[in-house]
Amino acid sequence: MKMFSLKLSVVFILSILLAGCASSKQQLLAASKSQVQLRSIQSRAFDATDQQKMMRVIISTLQDLDFVIDRADLDLGSITGSKFMNNNLLKMTVMVKPRGETQLLVRANAQYGLEAIEDAEPYQDFFTALEKALFLTAHQVE
Amino acid sequence: MKARYGILLITPRASNYLKMIKNRTWVKSVSFLFLACFIGCASQYPKTVLRLSPVSLTDKQLQSRQYETDNEKEIIAACAGVLQDLGFTIDDSETQLGLVVGSKDRNAIDAGQVTLATISTIFNILNNAPAGDDLERVDRSQKIRASVVTRPSSDPKKILVRVTFQRLVWNARGEVARRETLKDPSLYQGFFDRLSKSVFLEAQKI
Repeated sequence: MKMFSLKLSVVFILSILLAGCASSKQQLLAASKSQVQLRSIQSRAFDATDQQKMMRVIISTLQDLDFVIDRADLDLGSITGSKFMNNNLLKMTVMVKPRGETQLLVRANAQYGLEAIEDAEPYQDFFTALEKALFLTAHQVE
Repeated sequence: MKARYGILLITPRASNYLKMIKNRTWVKSVSFLFLACFIGCASQYPKTVLRLSPVSLTDKQLQSRQYETDNEKEIIAACAGVLQDLGFTIDDSETQLGLVVGSKDRNAIDAGQVTLATISTIFNILNNAPAGDDLERVDRSQKIRASVVTRPSSDPKKILVRVTFQRLVWNARGEVARRETLKDPSLYQGFFDRLSKSVFLEAQKI
């Protein structure tokens, strides 16, 4: 009897824990921050207009950060790179597109292992490295 | 071992059951699940993942060379040629950005590692211990990836070439045993020696 009630309580606690996690399918639309917040963390505007040159500098910055470039597309403005860290895969995509007549918008997003990177700090580090390589200031986008 | 049951101790009555349940595997698996749940919730990545490391300049020097030409396409073609010489297949390229990416799948069996695993298994058997899974944990296959990027140097008559290699190693069970960026200088030296030769061969249309 005692054994039975123990089993029952363990199953009960476990089901509470599992109910807390959403169904794994919901991961498709999951994000810990709002769309606006994420965009503001992951994007910066630069006073430059040459998209090709910007993309080349981003590629070289990613290489400085120890990334191996997986693919790039000038027409779409996308660059994807990966890096192995502590036996985990860090994967990152950077998109470049014109913003108005005088600026380029750079947006990055990254995942580490099975987790999305949604903190501001790593992206700030990336844009700091990019600023240095470009000799330009990154502007926060509203 | 005690720490494994730590969560159960939260309920005061649970401690009474501890003796009774100590050897039951379902308890072990449940406590493992508990731990997994908690680990899954914690943020795991280091906050400095995208910070420039102090060795990045040394790496850059190791991975880069300059070639005296103003024709970037010619250099990219030569790089693709070297990758093919080395048995890589081209996965992706974007000539307007100076990028060629290739990979190859190869054997990763290391005779020394297999010998050690065999000795340890035999030793276990001789000592009447379970044979263990050392032989299943030895490296079996690997995927080596190379990414070559060219860009015009500050000197308009020169083109900079930077190559990076990484590899994924699987063990005999099919699990990923290692992921690593290759930093061995001789690998990079070998690549650039072949690239110099390739530039020459391409120029001679061979």
